[in-house]
Amino acid sequence: MITKRIIPCLDVKDGRVVKGKNFLGLNDVSSPVELAKFYNECGADELVFYDITASAEGRALFTDILKEVASTIFIPLTVGGGINSLDDFDRVLKCGADKVSVNSGAIRNPALIGEAAKRYGDQCVVLSADIKRVDGSFRLFAKGGRVDTGLDGIEWIRRCVENGAGEVVVNSIDTDGVKNGFDLEMLEAVCKVVSVPVIASGGAGCSKHFTELFNALPNVDAGLAASIFHYRELQITDLKRELKENGIPVRI
Amino acid sequence: MVAIVDYGVGNLFSLCSSFGAIGHDAIITGDPDLIRNADRILLPGVGAFSDAIAKLHESGLVPVLMDEVSRGKPLLGICLGMQLLFEKSYEYGEYEGLGLIPGEIRPISDVISTELKIPHIGWNALHFSSKRSEIFKYLNEADYVYFVHSYYAAACDDFVTATTEYSAELTASVQNKNVYGCQFHPEKSGEVGLKILRAFCELEGTLC
Repeated sequence: MITKRIIPCLDVKDGRVVKGKNFLGLNDVSSPVELAKFYNECGADELVFYDITASAEGRALFTDILKEVASTIFIPLTVGGGINSLDDFDRVLKCGADKVSVNSGAIRNPALIGEAAKRYGDQCVVLSADIKRVDGSFRLFAKGGRVDTGLDGIEWIRRCVENGAGEVVVNSIDTDGVKNGFDLEMLEAVCKVVSVPVIASGGAGCSKHFTELFNALPNVDAGLAASIFHYRELQITDLKRELKENGIPVRI
Repeated sequence: MVAIVDYGVGNLFSLCSSFGAIGHDAIITGDPDLIRNADRILLPGVGAFSDAIAKLHESGLVPVLMDEVSRGKPLLGICLGMQLLFEKSYEYGEYEGLGLIPGEIRPISDVISTELKIPHIGWNALHFSSKRSEIFKYLNEADYVYFVHSYYAAACDDFVTATTEYSAELTASVQNKNVYGCQFHPEKSGEVGLKILRAFCELEGTLC
């Protein structure tokens, strides 16, 4: 039986991991390579790297890091951040990324997903959508959740999947950082309109939230989180053991 | 030395690093001489069958691969690279493969429950056939490996060395003498995957 995936997400800026303070208690807290190794060893099913660098020099640094990470860990690696063109896809795939996550780039250029899926296959294209409730509807936000696009978030996801996105990361701005559980209502709305894997993001505060997520929404394939893993509030091995005890299939 | 066949399909970076991680030399190449001189061959592949088999033929490497296999050199096909080893595929039409393993490639939608997602993406457990392939000698029953596919190898029961369960039993790996195939990605399957590649590198082969 296919297992539910647990995915830690790392924000990288100028080749270093952001939020380095207290990070995992490791010595070099901001080395993406060290952190990737750590997560690889403790049972992460996949890793997501977001490059939040703005400068071209920083981007070059990121591709070096990416190569090093990709040659050290042997689990699927998704890379996002600043993906605006097929050249960007090419750049990160050549460095060893398996999947590429697109967010604002697809909002700016809705044809990007289709073109990338055609060239690299659906399985390679991950749509990442930041959604927030506005006046009772799910609204799509751009630029790291700062700009309201006015578009309906659920309809946007449906369209992107139709165009070739092979997986969807649903990031609820409403529950992000609140640590009170995933946004089940939003995720359910997404699961209703797509048949590709759905990855829940935003709101995980403890292991119970993951159990709740997978029990309530069997169509959600993976849970993604950052800070609770980084600060060791929750160890992936413990989380997986608990999921397993609750009858949720995980890779241990 | 492992020759990773470069015929313009797929991302070979991780594959090459995987061999590095187990201390075995590997080279990404489309050079017939290098493939002939290698002691084993790896056939990768992602994307659509028709496109990949066309590119493989265009590369001119098919006769080289067939020769080396008939000489007894171990060859491992991964994912679409495994599917190319079969007689034919029904992915968007009907296409002939290399015919190194009897059987055909069919959509998983033929056999899985309708409510399951396609592609079959993620970590799933291996269940070994009674005749366990040597490349799994370091593995345990139900070890997890990483899959990404929408088509599977059918009508090849005699050659199946492991299956995985996705509401139906899907072919996870095959072997016909010195020709091996994995539907999953060993290079993305953590320690378990590296153990498979290590065992592949330890195969004797029966070069004549």
